Amino acid sequence: MSRQRFSGFALLRRALCGHRGWRPQWRKCEPKPAYDAVIVGGGGHGLGAAYHLAKEHGLGSVAVLEKGWIGGGNTGRNTTIIRSNYLFDESAALYDHSVKLWENLSQELNYNVMFSPRGVMMLAHTVHDVQVFKRHVHANRCNGVDNEWLSPEEAKAFCPPLNIGDDMRYPVLGAALQRRGGTARHDAVAWGYARAADALGVDIIENCEVTGIRRDAQGRVEALETTRGPIGARKVGIAAAGNTSAVLNLAGVRLPLESYPLQALVSEPVKPIFPCVVMSNTIHAYISQSDKGELVIGAGTDAYTSYTQRGALHINTHTLDAICELFPTFRRLRMMRNWGGIVDVTPDRSPIIAKTPVPGLYVNCGWGTGGFKATPGSAHVFAWTIARDEPHPINAPFTIERFRDGHLIDEAAAAAVAH
Amino acid sequence: MLLIPCPYCGKRPELEFTYGGEAHLARPADPSQLDDRQWAEYLYMRTNTKGVHAERWRHARGCGRFFNALRDTTSDRFVASYRIGEPRPARAAGDPR
Repeated sequence: MSRQRFSGFALLRRALCGHRGWRPQWRKCEPKPAYDAVIVGGGGHGLGAAYHLAKEHGLGSVAVLEKGWIGGGNTGRNTTIIRSNYLFDESAALYDHSVKLWENLSQELNYNVMFSPRGVMMLAHTVHDVQVFKRHVHANRCNGVDNEWLSPEEAKAFCPPLNIGDDMRYPVLGAALQRRGGTARHDAVAWGYARAADALGVDIIENCEVTGIRRDAQGRVEALETTRGPIGARKVGIAAAGNTSAVLNLAGVRLPLESYPLQALVSEPVKPIFPCVVMSNTIHAYISQSDKGELVIGAGTDAYTSYTQRGALHINTHTLDAICELFPTFRRLRMMRNWGGIVDVTPDRSPIIAKTPVPGLYVNCGWGTGGFKATPGSAHVFAWTIARDEPHPINAPFTIERFRDGHLIDEAAAAAVAH
Repeated sequence: MLLIPCPYCGKRPELEFTYGGEAHLARPADPSQLDDRQWAEYLYMRTNTKGVHAERWRHARGCGRFFNALRDTTSDRFVASYRIGEPRPARAAGDPR
């Protein structure tokens, strides 16, 4: 099936014809007996990896297996924030690689992912915050990542609804602003990658859960058992987010992961009032406004591990307390929906994008509470790792073995959500 | 919010508790005898069970005591709770395994 190219002209032409003639954007595939490479997990990271495998690495046949529907996990449940102001060199390289790919992703995929670099502002409320954020600003600049320090008055000028009065329990003492950060449309990221991968011949197979990993006499991966029958593959990449431990357990691989619920919520839609993204680690709030007008609010992780994709209400109200104090004008807004996703958290809050001890088996996991921002870069280096059986220089530090060797990439201070 | 069965106080709301992670991870008696892989196994590797999970809780804003519990992480339903030092119950009533 040839892909319909999207453009303003195509939209106008279809509009004049009553919008007849639009075709499905990707095929519904039945699994074939075998593929050169199989990606487990049809979120942004997995679909993007399949796209890069087909586009840049020339693998003849690639499939993405998704136990539910594509983009139905954390890709469709996050708060769509994109930034790269991480402290350490390894992280700055990885996340800024992503931001650079975000900037051209709509053109690359011929799909409007609505990337909006509207600026991400992180608030400081204590002397410790001020010192840590200024350290981040300097470290980021050394790595070529934009980040600047703002006074409370400059922060308010950038985001007028912000309360910088001293009547708060934790007044705003300043802010770090990354202007290249922003948001994108999360569903469009999954759909855009799916459509582009499909056009390159990738089979996207939904409602297909992996139930076993079969290995040959040398221990190498040879096939997957699934709810839709066995599928042969000599290379398997796992991008299963919160379910990664369960999938890799099928091959006897243990990981330093724990899966927690992470919640988010949206308000009723209102007219444009909020021009940027604002985050506060200390009093725990993060907020932006979607193009539909809803305020999109990120809450925290629940205290306990879980796979239920829901969490406790007090986690949400804790965040709303902070939102109401920071933005008093939102106090009478009603919240419309809340939901949870399951995030896989590593001890150092940095991801794992690496080979596993099992030949032919690769893993992309541990993104914790902040995987969406990294989608394009993660997908790119994961495909490289699978195709060449060695990491790209950018993801070389993000191994499983770093926990044995002590080379942790300790980004707990940069992770948006307090763990 | 969960209702958590403290073995000393009975069912209490989650806000009274703190979570202590996976249970039955004994600190090695002589860490200097371990190699790096074994030490990483103790420090970082977790079963992250999808199903009935043995975990520590502390009734921090109640009796203050630690205890262990079995909880199904696919439903958040508590299967059993038991005191520190007691072995994991082999199969409790209502255990979905």
